[in-house]
Amino acid sequence: MKKTLEPLLEKHPFFAGLDQAYLEVLTGCASNLRFRSGEYLFREGDEAKQFFVIREGAVALEVFVPGAGAVTIQTVEEGDVVGWSWLFPPYRWHFSGRVASPLRVLALDGKCLRDKCEQDHDLGYELLKRFSGIMLDRLQATRVQLLDLYGTH
Amino acid sequence: MLGLQTTDFTATLQQNPMLPSLYRVQRVRWDTADTFSLELSPADDGIIPEFMPGQFNMLYIFGVGEIPVSISGDPAQSNLLVHTTRAVGTVSRAMSKLKVDDVLGVRGPFGTGWPVNDVHGKDVVIIAGGIGLAPLRPAMYHIMAKRENYGRVVLLYGARTARDVLYGKQLQQWRAHFDLDVYVTVDRGTDSWRGSVGLVTSLIGRAPFDPLNTAAMVCGPEVMMRFTTLGLEKRGVSAENIYVSLERNMKCGVGLCGHCQLGAAFICKDGPVFPYSRMKYLLSKWEV
Repeated sequence: MKKTLEPLLEKHPFFAGLDQAYLEVLTGCASNLRFRSGEYLFREGDEAKQFFVIREGAVALEVFVPGAGAVTIQTVEEGDVVGWSWLFPPYRWHFSGRVASPLRVLALDGKCLRDKCEQDHDLGYELLKRFSGIMLDRLQATRVQLLDLYGTH
Repeated sequence: MLGLQTTDFTATLQQNPMLPSLYRVQRVRWDTADTFSLELSPADDGIIPEFMPGQFNMLYIFGVGEIPVSISGDPAQSNLLVHTTRAVGTVSRAMSKLKVDDVLGVRGPFGTGWPVNDVHGKDVVIIAGGIGLAPLRPAMYHIMAKRENYGRVVLLYGARTARDVLYGKQLQQWRAHFDLDVYVTVDRGTDSWRGSVGLVTSLIGRAPFDPLNTAAMVCGPEVMMRFTTLGLEKRGVSAENIYVSLERNMKCGVGLCGHCQLGAAFICKDGPVFPYSRMKYLLSKWEV
């Protein structure tokens, strides 16, 4: 029997409770990848073809600041997902993703997923709910970070 | 006769919580660019009163003023009293200029402590932001000294930048323990920082503890504590098992003057450590 990536997807918190039929569909768009520290998963401005489900390791999201170089604005780790630029035109990465520690990810093909979601809006809604939850968490965290809580003011 | 009267008078002095005892500076240790720890011992070679992790003292710079400062040392260490504070106000700046052998006044210890003896058998999650690690450090010392009394122990710490991480060496030592999970994150990444970047709340979801059998102790800026408690509740920790340390302007330290009143509670006497379930409704009230 051919081994699939379905059990790996099923194990990840992002897909917790997802219908088995949807898992099978998503597995068709997934590939299992490894990266070494220092490699880039994606670079700012490049076409966003995928999103990544982190199984192990960490990714630093960076933005290039002239004069300061690459500034890390957030790190994401095991149990997280990274990338939602594949969902929205013009499908370009807004940040760079540098591998901060040896990384094992499932990469899900964005074009493949968009096609599947267009064919099955229930699947699309299910995925959007999950991504919206992550976006909300990160938006709230960013707002709190803006308060500069630990500053002296 | 005179000697007996003198002894009685000394005892009265020691029992009066409004009278400071004299302490001598043994060491001033700069923990970060603006935060320092004072190591003190009694000027008269007396005994340092026992304290509960989480309690504070009123430190008095004569001629300048008095402020509350968390006790940040090891409760089991009887020969030194350690306080950590940030040099931001008139008194704390004057305090930061103290030298070895200088004398200051100390009143206390005051207030409630972390419930370290009431949570035996549970997982313990300690969450600190910025200088909020100072009043939690005695709890860490206590828990590590009596490690067998607790389940999993997790420390989540957030600082502004890598340079603002408090007790860096101590954190490294704790991280080396096999029976302790330590996660540190900073709000702003820099070239030299290879660790996590993001809010301390982002660590809650992945920290290894059983939410149904966990006691959480939280200290940091109040907004940070609000979001942290939300994160803990989202993870499944009940409000009754979350403890927070609050801060307000304190003056007397014994619940008389009312400076630190928050709702029906006096932070100095009823706190600073409270069950979150008791203070939850007040933390989001704008009027108080």
